[in-house]
Amino acid sequence: MTDAVIQPTPASATPEGGHLLEVRDLHVEFRTHEGVAKVINGVSYHLDAGETLAVLGESGSGKSVTAQAIMGILDSPPAHIRSGQILYQGRDLLTQSEEQRRQVRGKEIAMIFQDALSALNPVFPVGWQIGETLRTREGMSRADARRRAIELMDLVKIPAAERRIGDYPHQFSGGMRQRVMIAMALALNPKVLIADEPTTALDVTVQAQIMDLLADLRQELGMAMILITHDLGVVAGVADRIAVMYAGRIVEHADVRSLYRAPAHPYTKGLLESIPRLDVKGQELATIKGLPPNLMRIPSGCPFHPRCPYVQQVCVDVVPHSLVLGDGRTSECHFAQEVLDDSAR
Amino acid sequence: MSDFETVAASENQAARRGPSGEPGTPNQVGQQKVRSLAGDAWRDLRRNPIFWLSLLLVTIISLMAIVPGLFTPNDPQDCLLSRQNAGPSGSAIFGYDFQGCDTFSRAVYGSRASLLVGALSALLTGVIALVIGLLSGYFGRWVDAVLSRLIDIVLGIPLLLAAIVLLKRVGSDNSNARIFAVVFVLAILGWTTAARVVRSSVITAKEQDYVAAARMLGAGHGRIMLRHILPNSLAPAIVVLTIALGSFIAAEATLSFLGIGLKAPTISWGQDIDTGRIHMRESATPLLVPSTFLALTVLAFIMLGDAIRDAFDPKLR
Amino acid sequence: MFRYILRRLLQMVLAFLGTTLIVYALMFAGQGDPIQALAGERPVTEAQRAYLTEKYHLDATGIGGFFYRYFDYVRSLLQGDLGQSLTGRQIGDILQQAWPVTVKLALIALAVAVIFGVTAGVIAGIRRAGIFDNSTLVLTLLVLGIPTIVLAPLAQYFLGVKWQLFPPTAGAEPNFYALLLPGIVLGSLSLATALRLTRTSVAENLRADYVRTARSKGLVKRRIVSVHVLRNSLIPVVTFLGVELGNLMSGAIITEGVFNIPGVGFNLFRGIRTEDGPLVVGIVSVLVVVYLVSNLLVDVLYAVLDPRIRYE
Repeated sequence: MTDAVIQPTPASATPEGGHLLEVRDLHVEFRTHEGVAKVINGVSYHLDAGETLAVLGESGSGKSVTAQAIMGILDSPPAHIRSGQILYQGRDLLTQSEEQRRQVRGKEIAMIFQDALSALNPVFPVGWQIGETLRTREGMSRADARRRAIELMDLVKIPAAERRIGDYPHQFSGGMRQRVMIAMALALNPKVLIADEPTTALDVTVQAQIMDLLADLRQELGMAMILITHDLGVVAGVADRIAVMYAGRIVEHADVRSLYRAPAHPYTKGLLESIPRLDVKGQELATIKGLPPNLMRIPSGCPFHPRCPYVQQVCVDVVPHSLVLGDGRTSECHFAQEVLDDSAR
Repeated sequence: MSDFETVAASENQAARRGPSGEPGTPNQVGQQKVRSLAGDAWRDLRRNPIFWLSLLLVTIISLMAIVPGLFTPNDPQDCLLSRQNAGPSGSAIFGYDFQGCDTFSRAVYGSRASLLVGALSALLTGVIALVIGLLSGYFGRWVDAVLSRLIDIVLGIPLLLAAIVLLKRVGSDNSNARIFAVVFVLAILGWTTAARVVRSSVITAKEQDYVAAARMLGAGHGRIMLRHILPNSLAPAIVVLTIALGSFIAAEATLSFLGIGLKAPTISWGQDIDTGRIHMRESATPLLVPSTFLALTVLAFIMLGDAIRDAFDPKLR
Repeated sequence: MFRYILRRLLQMVLAFLGTTLIVYALMFAGQGDPIQALAGERPVTEAQRAYLTEKYHLDATGIGGFFYRYFDYVRSLLQGDLGQSLTGRQIGDILQQAWPVTVKLALIALAVAVIFGVTAGVIAGIRRAGIFDNSTLVLTLLVLGIPTIVLAPLAQYFLGVKWQLFPPTAGAEPNFYALLLPGIVLGSLSLATALRLTRTSVAENLRADYVRTARSKGLVKRRIVSVHVLRNSLIPVVTFLGVELGNLMSGAIITEGVFNIPGVGFNLFRGIRTEDGPLVVGIVSVLVVVYLVSNLLVDVLYAVLDPRIRYE
């Protein structure tokens, strides 16, 4: 099965223990009545202090599941972590007790979700929800928690924070609700913020505002951020590196500029080509043919092969390993170099 | 800005249309869906012991109502005061009641009035609910607004109180007249839930492609409602009415218990429970036997309806 | 909030007028002798006939006369004047004596439903599909399927007469102990419904997105369930219990009748038995008002509990 051309994976190529957060060879499956869905099949990525990693993929590619595994909020059953490590400051979260993991949640690693309306509790005022962790985990008094909640709402630029602190989630606009959610996540000064499709439910103009806010906050507070999205356009201005996921694997991993200039995986290439371009008029938009794979019956070999324009017999037979292309770039494609050359042309 | 989830979604739709790209004739699509749903439900039901138990009970009780002679040779109206509260014997397995009638025989014959009232009320309720639900769901707009308000108002009326008021109006003691009065009162007060269920199923059916197709082919309102929409509303309506049948039997017994439902010479469990209750210190069997019959009957119908509904809508469990 | 209450209030007034009109029309309109309709099959004395004619303005005729009489009836109902029963007692006095007993009974029943129904419902909702959940499902189905006219006499027979754990009947001035068994019987139906409602609501809310958020905030599990989930789950349950309190107060006819509790339902029970028309009309009218007002209060309570309704 092994191929002489294949080089070592990036996990072993980078120095041990140096990262703030590192996911190593994670495997997660969902065990349901209909069968076992292999949702995460050996995902590895890392995050350093202060940087932003974008995780890109279609729904069902496993990007959110990986994040929930990091947070330790996967529902099991059906989810089951088969193997892998999640290292935070060198310690493996997966071997820790539930109480130890709870301490990490919110305080070290915080998360914001896609639909703020359903992610916020509808029957409590937003100020109460922002201050909740301050009161229950930091032992702050009600008055102090309220003051801090107003500060946090100011920080995320909610106008007239003091007046709106007693309002309920449904009284805010979509963008303001997402800001409330961000304020809530920032309450305990986390070192890592995971943003799971933070702008998907919002209007285009509001999307840009929220992305700008996240970028500003990251710089101001020196947090590291994992930005999960299916939207390439959102990523460009904010992220340092991009990990592209497909069928529970990281198929391409690169810094933003190199990836945009020349993708090294046919899937990424397809994604980039399906973005409407202002400079080319009247051209038909390319789409990726076919459907995302059924996770209960992932295709043999390279999981992308049924949809891939570069497909050869080897793609059907052999699972491609991560190919290192220089500058820390990797691509899980048998023809990574050809794709890269094609893209660069 | 790219959103390849929508790209994937449109691909998905294309795939669903099937290899030939032919959407199939409208009617077939609808019927296939119903059939597979019913098939799934049947597979669920077959493995549900509660379904079989309640079906068995319903069968026995129905048989009792149709041919009571199979279960007891004794005439329930053959009462002799000399046998008052006499204990069990070879001819009367549960003994005799305060009037000296065969307790078991009265309970067996009592199933007649109960089932008759229950079935007729459910039938009449079904008719009212189908008409109102169809009109309300199909025409929408002000028709729906008016009928929905009507449903709200009727739902807001306390059932037992209204039944008392309505039945006090019926002076006649004629057996058939009282049976129909009770049926009428129960149906008039009890159609709302079923009408709501029909209404929502009509609204769903109305949005289906095959209904739009029928309309474009020039079918009239009446034809569309009867041929295309009504069949879709029948299954949910029947499920609701099965459960309602149990409640109607309980309601009839309650009214007869109070003395404003069925009256002698009609034999009804409600009346017998009341008489048995008054004389419970002398002998308990005349209370226990009709009580058991009534409780089992009501339970059987409610369990049957519950099992069918769960099979058709597994979400609810 | 204010507009919401105002709208509900208007709806209630309409429902009140509609329902009382129906009650009134059914009792008095139509053919035949209205006085005989009130009295049923009992003979009516001249004095009673004269009293009823004056009380209900039966000498006015036609549609106009009917509405005149109807509004007169509504007016006296609102003034608290319910007239006399055929036995010559003021219906207002009868109700005044009966209410405290009925309210006490209803509160016991409600307490039973809350203490056992809601608690068991929460446990069943958290441990969905477990042994506890499945056994409560079967038990509640049994309770829901057994009519009160079976449950009440059987409880009275077994627990009161045969095993003598409770007093079998309540008597004229019932104490708490005498009301306990009837209260449990009356509350068992509410208990079963409350249990099922709580179970579904808790199970549904445990899957809500905000629970995932609460977990990601690092809250302890007990707090997530007891503060976040419970506060949301109890909205429909509290609403149901409010409606149920109205039902319990107006619907205890069977239970009060069987256990001889001198409450409102018992008087109605007796009124039906003795064919005392004015007593039945009077009590039914009051109970309809109680039912409607309790529904209104529940709507307001709902708005207080759920901020999404409050600011509609």
